[in-house]
Amino acid sequence: MDKKVRVLVAKPGLDGHDRGAKVVARALRDAGFEVVYTGLRQTPEQIAEAALQEDVNVVAMSILSGAHPHLFPKVVNLVREKGMKDVLIIGGGVIPEGDIPALKEAGVAEVFTPGTPTSDVVEFIKANVKA
Amino acid sequence: MDIVEELLKGNRLALSKAITAIENEYDEATEIMTKLYPHTGNAYVLGITGPPGAGKSTLTDKIAKEYRSQGKTVGIIAVDPTSPFTGGAILGDRIRMNSLTMDEGVFIRSMGTRGSLGGLSHKTADAVKAMDAFGKDVIIVETVGVGQSEVDIVKAADTTMVVLIPGMGDDIQAIKAGILEIGDLFTINKSDLPGADKLVREINMMLDLDSFMTDWRPPIQKVVANQGEGISELVGSVQTHRDYITEKGILDQRRTKRAKDEMLDILNSNLSRYIKSRIVDTGRLDSYVEQFQQHRADPYTVVGDIMSEMLR
Ligand code: B12
Ligand SMILES: Nc1nc2c(ncn2[C@@H]2O[C@H](COP(=O)(O)OP(=O)(O)O)[C@@H](O)[C@H]2O)c(=O)[nH]1
Ligand SMILES: [Mg+2]
Repeated sequence: MDKKVRVLVAKPGLDGHDRGAKVVARALRDAGFEVVYTGLRQTPEQIAEAALQEDVNVVAMSILSGAHPHLFPKVVNLVREKGMKDVLIIGGGVIPEGDIPALKEAGVAEVFTPGTPTSDVVEFIKANVKA
Repeated sequence: MDIVEELLKGNRLALSKAITAIENEYDEATEIMTKLYPHTGNAYVLGITGPPGAGKSTLTDKIAKEYRSQGKTVGIIAVDPTSPFTGGAILGDRIRMNSLTMDEGVFIRSMGTRGSLGGLSHKTADAVKAMDAFGKDVIIVETVGVGQSEVDIVKAADTTMVVLIPGMGDDIQAIKAGILEIGDLFTINKSDLPGADKLVREINMMLDLDSFMTDWRPPIQKVVANQGEGISELVGSVQTHRDYITEKGILDQRRTKRAKDEMLDILNSNLSRYIKSRIVDTGRLDSYVEQFQQHRADPYTVVGDIMSEMLR
C-alpha cells in the first residue's frame, strides 16, 4: 500500500498575495505530502470541486486580503455538502486574532498567521489528518 | 457508499474514491476493477507528452474545451513527478485548467509518479479505466516526457501526441530517440516564439530517416496553446489518426497488445507481492542467505523449491 496525504492548497477570492501559499505548498511537499496547487483567484465552488476530484485529505486556504470571514466558512460548507466529511480544512494568512474563534466555529480546524514556522503546519496536519 | 454502484450512476465522489483506491493499492481496488472492467472500452484515450514547460497542460485545457464544444465528455489525468528525496510532489497542472473545474462534463485528476518502478503505468491505466467506466468519451493523459516509465504511461493511449517547443537546442537530440517511435502526432507549441519553422524542419528530417515508418506520416502542427491558435485543427488530426488506426485495424492491435502487457503487469505485481509477503517479510530470505554463505544450500535449488511450492 502506498498511502499519501494529499493536500489542496488554494487561494480563494481576488487576493493576489501568493507567496505564503507557495511557501506552504513547498514545505508540505518537502514533508512528503502530495500538494495540488490550483493558483490564484479561485471561487469557493472551484475549490470544493477540485477537492472532490482530487480526493484530498486536507484543504489549505491562504488569504491576505481580509476576505476570510466570508470565504473560509463558504468553502467549509461547500466541501461538507459534497459529502467530504473527513477532510481537514485549515487556513492561513493575514488574519486578526479576533477573527479566529468565529472561523473555528465555522469549521476551520486551525488558522496560521504571519511568522508561523511551516513545520507547525506540517505537525498539525500529521496530528489531525484522517487518511 | 458502494463505490462501483455509485460510480456507474455518475457520482463524481465515487469516481474520485475509486482512483484513490487504485493509487494507494487498497485491497478493495481489485474488486473495484473487476466490477468496472465490463463497463470499459468505450472511451478514446489521447496521450500528451513532452518536456516540462512545453505547454502540455495549457494544451490539454484547450483540447478539452474543443471536445466539450463537440458535446463530448472529457476525463483528464495529469501526472507530475514525485520528489525522489522526500516522496512529496507539487501537482500544478490544474493551474492551467481552472476554467474546466466547474464544467460537470470534465473530471480532472492529478497523480504523482510516487517513484513506483513501472507501477505507475499500471495505476494510470486503471485510473483511465475508471473514467472510461464512468462514461467519459475522451480521456486525456498528460505526462512529462522524460524517462522510460513516462513512455510506458503513454502506451495506455490510443493516440499519442508529442509536444515540443522551439529553442530547445540540443535537447531535441537527447529526447528524440524515445519520442520518435511513440509520436502519432507532433505538436509544435509556442509557435509565437522564434524557431518554430526550424523545429518543424528538424522533425521532418528525423521522420524522413525513420525506417519503421508505416503509411501513417505523423503530422507536425504549429500551435499557440495559450492563445488557442490551431487547436481545432489539432483535434481534427487526432480524429484523422483515430479513423486511420481504426480502419487499418491498428487500434485493435494496439488494444490487444495493451491487454497482454496489462495481464503480465498484474501477474508480475501479484508475484512480487507474494514473494515479499512469503519470502522476504517472513525472514526466509535471510535464513536462505545464511545457508548459502555456509554452503549448505544454493539459490538455484532453493528457487526451484519455491517455484514448485507456489505452483502446488
Ligand atoms: C509582499 C506583499 C505584497 C506583494 C505580494 C507579492 C506576492 N505575489 O505575494 C505585493 C506588492 C504585490 C502586494 C500588493 C498588495 N498588497 Co500586500 N503585502 C505584502 C506583505 C508586505 C507581505 C506578504 C508576504 O508575502 N509575506 C510572506 C509570506 C511567506 O507570509 P504569509 O503570506 O503571511 O504566509 C505565512 C503565514 O501567514 C502562513 N500562511 C499563509 N497562508 C497560509 C495558508 C495555509 C493553509 C497555512 C496553513 C498557512 C498559511 O504561513 C506562511 C509562512 O509563515 C504584507 C504585509 C505582511 N507583513 O504580511 C502586505 C499586505 C498583505 N498587503 C496588503 C495590501 C493592502 C496590498 C494591496 C491591496 C496594496 C494596494 N493598495 O495596492 C495590494 C493588493 C495585491 C492583490 N492583487 O491582491 C495588506 C492587506 C491588508 C488587510 N489584510 O487588511 C498587508 C497586510 C499590508 C498592510 N499591513 O496593510 N503586497
Ligand atoms: N509563449 C507561449 N507560452 C505558452 C504557450 N502555451 C503555454 N505557454 C506557457 O508555458 C508555460 C508552461 O505551460 P504548461 O501548460 O504548464 O506546461 P507543461 O509543463 O508542459 O504542462 C506557462 O507559463 C504557459 O502560460 C504558447 O503557445 N506560447
Ligand atoms: Mg503540466
